[in-house]
Amino acid sequence: MTAMPADTLPPYAQTMGIRILHAGDGARGPVLEMAFASGLSGRPGMLHGGAISGLLDMCASATLNHELRQRGVEPRFKPIGITIDFLRGGLKQPTFARGRVTRVGRRVATVMVEAWQADATDDQAPLAPTNGNIIAAARLHLRLGQDVAAEGDGE
Amino acid sequence: MMRDASFDPAMMFRAMQGYGHTGLLGLTYVAHGADWAEIAMPFNDALVGDVAAGTMATGAVTGLLDMCCGVAVWTRLGQFRPQATLDLRIDYLRAAHPRTDMAARVTCYRVTRDIAFVRGVAHDGDVADPVAHIAATFMFTGAPIALDKDGRRPGFTGARVAER
Repeated sequence: MTAMPADTLPPYAQTMGIRILHAGDGARGPVLEMAFASGLSGRPGMLHGGAISGLLDMCASATLNHELRQRGVEPRFKPIGITIDFLRGGLKQPTFARGRVTRVGRRVATVMVEAWQADATDDQAPLAPTNGNIIAAARLHLRLGQDVAAEGDGE
Repeated sequence: MMRDASFDPAMMFRAMQGYGHTGLLGLTYVAHGADWAEIAMPFNDALVGDVAAGTMATGAVTGLLDMCCGVAVWTRLGQFRPQATLDLRIDYLRAAHPRTDMAARVTCYRVTRDIAFVRGVAHDGDVADPVAHIAATFMFTGAPIALDKDGRRPGFTGARVAER
């Protein structure tokens, strides 16, 4: 079971250059930023798909962490599966990610995450994705480590 | 489908060692067949995702699988061709053993004009007892490229992975 303190990310995140840009507040989850470095590159001039996947995966954990702490629950969960759509190639520049918990059941949580990059005219890019600059979107199911029981879900 | 079998995954990984995301994850060549490839990711403290469990991050395993998928496509094609991941689905079947080397074995089971279809597993020593399963599709982004005698693209100017 993953138990991740709200303000720290594991060694993998540091290796990837991933940090928490905004901690998240209330219903809004954290925004993660992944700085570009040569270790994230894939085909010439582009970010590796595996690096984008790693950011989305890390952001999903941070998002569910935030949500469970908001509910006063100790965040303990492990991933069941991830599905990722790659919408456009990632460039060699900072990449941002933010997630949304679509559902917390008794045993399983579902999280949607988007990763985006800035275009030249978008100075709001580090805050939220805008139309046209989302590079990938993911959906994850995560098994909760304890019954959350915030809502009857008939499981 | 042109198939000159000039693509050598072992040579490619020797050439890519220390470069790009392959270098960051420390990926190495294990084996390949006509339509499959196996790639290893040795245990590395810098890739740990769950410190208490001592296991590498699922994101790192995803990177291993993604790269192995690409290599499986080139192996089936018999040549290097630029491609991008279109989508992937990974099921995490069980936790990996602590502080253990991982490997991916992926088969490319279909190639069309634009798209390659792959499926495979990640394991920690026994391919019959996988840690994760992947199904993915890739889209070709250009024509095949002949690699040079060292297994690199012509004009390769990659920088070695910087220490963080």
